[in-house]
Amino acid sequence: MSTQTIDLTLKVWRQHKNNPRGSLETYPAKGISTDMSFLEMLDVVNEQLTAEGIEPIAFDHDCREGICGMCGAVVNGRAHGHMPETTLCQLHMRHFKNGDTIVIEPWRARAFPVIKDLVVDRNALDKIIQAGGYISINAGGPQDGNAIPVPRDNAEKAFNAAACIGCGACVAACPNASAMLFAGAKISHLALLPQGRPEAKKRALSMVRAMDTLGFGNCSNEAECEAECPKGISIREIARMNREFIKAALS
Amino acid sequence: MNWFAQNISTAIGKKLLMAVTGFGFVGFILMHLAGNLSFYFGKDAFLKYVETLHTLDPIIVVVELVLLALAVIHVSTGTILFFQNRRARTTRYAVNKTAGGRTIGSRTMPYTGFLILLFVILHLSQFHFIDHAVQTPWDAAVDTFNNGLFALIYMAAVILVGIHIRHGFWSLFQTLGLNNEKYMPLIQTIGIVIAVAAAVGFFFVPVYIRAVI
Repeated sequence: MSTQTIDLTLKVWRQHKNNPRGSLETYPAKGISTDMSFLEMLDVVNEQLTAEGIEPIAFDHDCREGICGMCGAVVNGRAHGHMPETTLCQLHMRHFKNGDTIVIEPWRARAFPVIKDLVVDRNALDKIIQAGGYISINAGGPQDGNAIPVPRDNAEKAFNAAACIGCGACVAACPNASAMLFAGAKISHLALLPQGRPEAKKRALSMVRAMDTLGFGNCSNEAECEAECPKGISIREIARMNREFIKAALS
Repeated sequence: MNWFAQNISTAIGKKLLMAVTGFGFVGFILMHLAGNLSFYFGKDAFLKYVETLHTLDPIIVVVELVLLALAVIHVSTGTILFFQNRRARTTRYAVNKTAGGRTIGSRTMPYTGFLILLFVILHLSQFHFIDHAVQTPWDAAVDTFNNGLFALIYMAAVILVGIHIRHGFWSLFQTLGLNNEKYMPLIQTIGIVIAVAAAVGFFFVPVYIRAVI
């Protein structure tokens, strides 16, 4: 099968020390193979820019197979682009048409300051985890498999919540820049498992309080986050976090 | 008390305040609607309902004070949330597109809420804070709705109430942590039924008065 190529116009957010307030710049992207991923397309454009003596576009990336949570940008107003349950690295150029104009912006949230171009500082998500998104197990001999019974149903639900890769698309897509889906997923996957129960109360209270101090907005149940989440995490995880929080606050 | 202040001021705490107070208003709207249905049976039926209601006067006063407290909490918390949420995204996107999660109701909650507040103030000034010895509630309705502008304002306002309930009802269950694959579709349906019932039930009061009386 022959490879198709398309020509695009990119409008990319550029922000660096010589342009501290940032602006959208227009670049042509010619001869882009439709088999490329979105990030490979940016690589090609960056080679052209370098050859022209223009600073290449900075963007975050790592595994490029949709599991690390490093990449992400808002493409034509949609976090990770318009395809469902897809990270930016798994978004392929075959989903664009010849002659399209693509606007690429970084995640926008007060809690995610722009470092450079499309790269944002997502340290705030780490700080939420540091507040309690873990279980404290002191080292010792490994436990026998199945020593702690976990209902199959809970194992599945915990796994679905644990699929969160912490990319921040939920915050980027939320009209209020709220991190409730992220926090909900992290609180849920531990709350559903017996190993997570001993610290469940402390975890719910401190993670929610931490989230508040980091400049995120409040959830207004717009459900944009679940529609954009590359891992398809449901707002039912937010409801579960709310339950955990209420239980913890009242006991 | 410190733990209470600390927890109620979190993102979830504030949402809980909105949910619980909002639930109170849904209850009130349903009672108000049930009472107002007597309108459609004419002046005598309506005034008889008013008279029956006033036999409960001491309770009514308590309910009014509770509703006032709920309104103060709902409006002030909503205002705080609105400004906090605006501040959470200081730089806006150049291109905004929905992924399909938002509804007309969810998009417009603060705005419909603010307009409903203005409407409630108008409504109370025309029906509650009047001399009922001079003007019965029935007369107040006839006088108000014979003015075309007021009739239109009331009809528009109850549609906003319906839109607000459409998002608010299921949303309050979500906030309380009551979302589950099994019963969320039912909650959604009940929310739509209440929203439509409130909008339709109140909408036709001015229409009825202008057409029949």
